[in-house]
Amino acid sequence: MDTAEIIVTLAGLALAAFVLWYFFFSPRPTATAVSSADGVQEVAITVKGGYSPDSIEVERGRLVQLSFYRDEENSCSEGLLMPDFNVRRDLPAFKTTLVELLPQQAGSYVFTCGMGMLRGTLVVK
Amino acid sequence: MAPGFFTRHGLMPDVYYDTTVTIIALILLGKVLEMRAKTQTSAAMKALLGLQAKTARFVRPDGQEVDVPIEQVQLGDILVVRPGEKVATDGLIMEGSSAVDETMLTGESLPVEKQAGDPVFGATLNKTGSFRFRVTKVGADTMLSQIVKLVEDAQGSRAPIQRLADKVSAIFVPTVVVIALLTFVLWFDLAPVATRLPLALVSFVAVLIIACPCALGLATPTAIMVSTGKGAEHGVLIRNAEALEKAYRVDTVLLDKTGTITRGKPAVTDFVVSAGQDETRLLQLIAAVERQSEHSLAEAVVRYADARQTPKADATGFRAVQGRGAAATVAGQAVLIGNRALLAEESASVSAELAARAGQLLEQARTVLYVAVAGQAVALLAVADTVRDTSVAAIQKLRALGIEVVMMTGDNPQTAAQVAAQVGISRYFAEVLPQDKAGKVRELQAEGRTVAMVGDGINDAPALAQADIGLAIGSGTDVAMEAAGITLMRSDLHGVVTAIELSRQTIRTIKQNLFFAFVYNILGIPIAAGVLYPLFGVLLSPMLAAGAMALSSVSVLTNSLRLRGSLIKN
Repeated sequence: MDTAEIIVTLAGLALAAFVLWYFFFSPRPTATAVSSADGVQEVAITVKGGYSPDSIEVERGRLVQLSFYRDEENSCSEGLLMPDFNVRRDLPAFKTTLVELLPQQAGSYVFTCGMGMLRGTLVVK
Repeated sequence: MAPGFFTRHGLMPDVYYDTTVTIIALILLGKVLEMRAKTQTSAAMKALLGLQAKTARFVRPDGQEVDVPIEQVQLGDILVVRPGEKVATDGLIMEGSSAVDETMLTGESLPVEKQAGDPVFGATLNKTGSFRFRVTKVGADTMLSQIVKLVEDAQGSRAPIQRLADKVSAIFVPTVVVIALLTFVLWFDLAPVATRLPLALVSFVAVLIIACPCALGLATPTAIMVSTGKGAEHGVLIRNAEALEKAYRVDTVLLDKTGTITRGKPAVTDFVVSAGQDETRLLQLIAAVERQSEHSLAEAVVRYADARQTPKADATGFRAVQGRGAAATVAGQAVLIGNRALLAEESASVSAELAARAGQLLEQARTVLYVAVAGQAVALLAVADTVRDTSVAAIQKLRALGIEVVMMTGDNPQTAAQVAAQVGISRYFAEVLPQDKAGKVRELQAEGRTVAMVGDGINDAPALAQADIGLAIGSGTDVAMEAAGITLMRSDLHGVVTAIELSRQTIRTIKQNLFFAFVYNILGIPIAAGVLYPLFGVLLSPMLAAGAMALSSVSVLTNSLRLRGSLIKN
């Protein structure tokens, strides 16, 4: 094994480890919904190669208003699915789409793009 | 410039301009095809939304008619609809009559006759007459809006069959990136020094390109979108993807007799007149008496007379005899209509001939009304809840699909047997009390069957909920529809056949899509990584990988779109 092979092997393994850590073990900042004057829990989410924030904490039994702003034209993010709430929306590029929910049960609810690649979680407390 | 730089330093450059351009072109082509196909998956939904009328012809208090935008229409407004116009919103006809084409909402191909007091629905098409109606629902409350909402909800739901694909999708991207990195490392370490970099690079890129999560992600939702839209076109409203999947597994259909197999309202089946009597004249006398009554049997008799365009006559001195019948005087003659007990009470005589005929009709599970004029029984009317015209054919189709059809009714065993035989059902439950209906569903489930329950009434709701899948007949109650996974907008058992056929076609399509998506990735990724190279010297070009990737999602979409053409003609 020459020097180049050793460098490539170590770099490759390190990158693979980083990818696994990033996707499965890296800490995800959780955004907490902001309550409006009328008690609606509001969260603004930017859609660009993923959801930011991708973990959102809300309280159950109160109306939740999610504002998705799609900041790209990439067609991968044009659909939004929240299967636990029977929600399917098209997110037009560079526009904000409102989704209103009334979560009644505590738990983690995944929301994804139309193909299930981009993922976020709504944590209901 | 860059190749020149390499050659000046004694290196032979591998340029990939052609590859890069081809990959970008193929991926963009794939995106275009995908976009077009995706648009078509929601075509049915867009068509539904496009049905909404844009304006309404509003009748002002002074009687003047003006066109107003549909958004300005309010509850209680009076609107007028002329032949060929769309009904603007939901309401009740106040005056006028017409035939209305409700295909777009119910899938019923024949126009429905409407007259004063009948409900009309927005987006349906007025065919022949002109009428005025009072608005009872606007905006999101209309039937069309509710259908759209139901279909939208169903399209956003997740099918249990999708679970595996969801799990794979969740780890797909990191897994593929790791495989690509390992591919690069392995080729770089194992290939000869002269070729290791191009081999490692080409394989690395090919793995990243060929891996297609799109096909996996599109496999189920696109089929669900197309089929829920297709169902709505045929008056079959599917609550969610799970309902569709459950309908696919059904092997037994339990039908509630009244309102499902039968029309749910009595109709005259036989009119027997004694020898020497004038049938038309008698029917005129009978209808004159029954018009005064509010009993459901009387209504059936009046409908029968009206259908024969019997001339109207006036009745005087009407009296209803609770549980027995009614009497009145028509054209100076005392007319008595009711059961045998009423005739006995009123000392009216019954000929042996009529008594024998009545006996036969009773054996056929008919309700028999005796008609006496001037103290002498002169005719019989047999009334029964009649079987819908389409029930026999629909039940035959269900059996042809390999489904056992079972009937349930509160009627006595004789009536149940007679109706069951008439429609070709061999197994039935008779004398089932409303509260026992869910128990019968459980009984069938205990036999290891997957049961679909079809019903329409409030008392069917527990059974609809207990069944593996509940189908509510559209003319039924909201409670029944709430408890059902599938709602049939048409009062017709063919909707059950359509729902089951559609579910089978959809799940078959989803399975094909998932199979294709999994096999594509399971074979494609190793080939792109170069497993065939040591054996056959074959290495997948990134260009071919791009072509395959672009086609994979288009193939899945095209397969789902085949559902649009699925022939469901009932």
